[in-house]
Amino acid sequence: MPTIKPSQAAQEYDVAIIGSGAGGGQMAYTLTLAGLKCVMLESGRDYDPGTETPMFQRKDQAPLMGAPTPDKHLGFHDSTIDGGWEVPNEPYTQSNDKEEEQFWWWRSRMMGGRTNHWGRISLRNGPYDFKPRSRDGLGLDWPLDYETVEPYYTNVERLIGVYGSIEGLENTPDSPPGVLLPPPRGRAAELLAQKHAKKVGVPIVPIHRAVLTKPLDAETIPAKLHPNNKWAQKIVADSMRARAACFWATPCGRGCNIRANYQSTTVHLPPALATGNLDIIPDAHAREVTIDRNGKATGALFIDKTTGREERVKAKAVVVAASSGETVRILLNSKSKRFPQGLANRSGLIGKYIMDTVGVDLRGHIPALENLPAHNEDGAGGSHFYAPWWLYREQQAGKLDFARGYHVELGATRRMPGGSLPVSASLVRGAYGSQLKKEARRYYGASLSLACRGEMIPNENSYAELDPNVKDKWGIPVIRWHWRWSDHEFNMATHALKTFTSIIEAMGGTVTSNRNKTGREVIRPGGKTKHEVGGAMMGNAPSNSVCNKWNQTWDVKNLFVNDGSSFVSNADKNPTLTIMALAWRTGDYIIEQAKKGNL
Amino acid sequence: MSIKNVQAPDSAKLGSRLSRREVLKWFAAATAAMQLDPIENLSLAATPVTSDKGYGTDPDLTGHYEPGDFWPLTFNAAQRQIVTALADLILPADQLGPSASELQVPDFIDEWVSAPYPSQQADREKILSGIEWLEKESHTRFRKGFATLKETQMSALIDDICWPPDAKPAHKKAAGFFQSFRNIAAGAYYSTEPGWKAIGYVGNVSLLGFNGPPPEVLKKLGVEQTVKSGPVFKNEIFE
Repeated sequence: MPTIKPSQAAQEYDVAIIGSGAGGGQMAYTLTLAGLKCVMLESGRDYDPGTETPMFQRKDQAPLMGAPTPDKHLGFHDSTIDGGWEVPNEPYTQSNDKEEEQFWWWRSRMMGGRTNHWGRISLRNGPYDFKPRSRDGLGLDWPLDYETVEPYYTNVERLIGVYGSIEGLENTPDSPPGVLLPPPRGRAAELLAQKHAKKVGVPIVPIHRAVLTKPLDAETIPAKLHPNNKWAQKIVADSMRARAACFWATPCGRGCNIRANYQSTTVHLPPALATGNLDIIPDAHAREVTIDRNGKATGALFIDKTTGREERVKAKAVVVAASSGETVRILLNSKSKRFPQGLANRSGLIGKYIMDTVGVDLRGHIPALENLPAHNEDGAGGSHFYAPWWLYREQQAGKLDFARGYHVELGATRRMPGGSLPVSASLVRGAYGSQLKKEARRYYGASLSLACRGEMIPNENSYAELDPNVKDKWGIPVIRWHWRWSDHEFNMATHALKTFTSIIEAMGGTVTSNRNKTGREVIRPGGKTKHEVGGAMMGNAPSNSVCNKWNQTWDVKNLFVNDGSSFVSNADKNPTLTIMALAWRTGDYIIEQAKKGNL
Repeated sequence: MSIKNVQAPDSAKLGSRLSRREVLKWFAAATAAMQLDPIENLSLAATPVTSDKGYGTDPDLTGHYEPGDFWPLTFNAAQRQIVTALADLILPADQLGPSASELQVPDFIDEWVSAPYPSQQADREKILSGIEWLEKESHTRFRKGFATLKETQMSALIDDICWPPDAKPAHKKAAGFFQSFRNIAAGAYYSTEPGWKAIGYVGNVSLLGFNGPPPEVLKKLGVEQTVKSGPVFKNEIFE
């Protein structure tokens, strides 16, 4: 996509945006369509999903049949480039050696960031999720409520395209009629699980994912998104017309060159660039946000990775949307006389209360699914069904030993095989020869995996700070992580494992992985679910938070944080849709301030 | 003559400097030993891979790659023969599809054990020593190399190692080798289009719409399609 070199940057922009993912992409979209001049810094290289996405490539066409390696942590065909749990030249450290206190930090170094590979699961936080402390006395409340954010959820869903259904379930918001795209039909294992999970009280319904199950309505949606702005409507309509509906092949994690799913590079950045109001500088590794004598943000200092030279861009306002860990790194490294503890950190809260999602998985073998007639279940390249959290009443009545909810993601297994034995060794045991081939066919697709994605409660022991000794290749101090789960998370994971076992057994199956384990034993390590949020939380006073309900930092009025870092809680709803909704809302606020001449 | 009888260079010297003459002398002796006994040929290759370069963090993801494209392969002729025989024993030609070797599975196994990454390096050690064990065991039991055995002889040997929980203590290590080998071989086999056909995978094709499981599948499972929205498309590819 069109990018510029640092030397080509304008003298000054209205807004500098650090990061090109969900938050940065949405911000650039909102601001440029309103006429603001923006510059975006992306630490990775430029990336073109149109030509770089492996759409139909088979595993036998990839080295090592596509298996994960230290170079490509999620496998060869995963869209992530120059990223993963480790990034060359950019280390991070841990506060101690204990295995259970390590934090796995997933980063992406490419245009569009993590939105190129994410799961596309797009759930709205519900009313309870913004006021958790009021409900159970734990964690903190947001200075926002659901009604305030709702219009932005609707806008984002209309823009990016989300499939799903209207179910009327508690704290699982429905979208207004006509906003969601039709959900895809259920797969065999999903339908079977739906039928039998009812017996154990678990409601399985269509999930919401950002995949176009039909083309977006370019005739009517743009006017709803941008009333009174014909110019913006035309640009958005053109961009929508350039997106095709899903053709039901190729996993979404590879990205999508027909633009059928949401990634910043196919949905947010093209219309933003089409306005002519956006300059993007790739390979720009942000070092700090600069300020003037009055403590106002003036732009950003960054390393041009192609030359190793330090460069800067100037702007009237700065939006940091680099991901929780990176935003913390950048703000804590932005030290000055006025802000010796890091920019916008008078509260001392930058880096505090980092949260991930509670992740635990279990797999079962379902005899009913054996030897099914061959049929195509690629579907929408991810889950079609899930179970939203269903035990609110039991929890309120004090019947559970953990405070918050989780949802269940269903993983049917009639997927593109290869890379390893496609069926469980515990089923085929010592088989070889034609016997093995027969049994592989029999058991293929006869497993179901169930994944818990649950809410972690923020705690004092999980935070990020600067490492006093370690620096990256360019001499920038790196992040040091502190991590600890609490019993709430362990107990939730144990509950999930028990529930999953009862679902598998209700389906007539047997558990083949994580059987009889406790949550403490098999919970995914911190960061492994890649939903890290917090570190610059919002609140209602400068003493208890970093930013206000507009994602505007208390200490620096023209500085905003628009990734997951402003999150006060991490509901089981997955962060991306909320990051986008809040970025759109902040964007509107910035536009209003700009109109008033307050930038 | 066994390779154990060839005096290897003093390992202490390896770390420092070794005269060219010593190396040549040792190499000549080792080569002579290999010529005398093909079994010993196998152990010499079980050294760490020479290349430590993988495909990097930013390879072209759209490429169609072949084993050997990114790092040099390992197997010599003797090893390749054994690997081919074992892969074809595990995944033979039958009514479900072609044999492993027809689908280049030995090449994929070679690529795997030759890769510079830690997990593949661990498998390399297992696979190369496992091949050597297999060949020696074959000579002990049948006085023939594994690749030249009759199928019943191969099976007699493999039955002892095909499932670790049932393997005798003396066979545990070999059983671990067999599991790894079968995992890689099946992983390669089912990565290919004929492998897909053999297992019943019929995806990776673009469709106008997604119909969900066909009626006979729903019937067999005793379920109904609960998502009714949208038309039914005449585009499914059923076997």
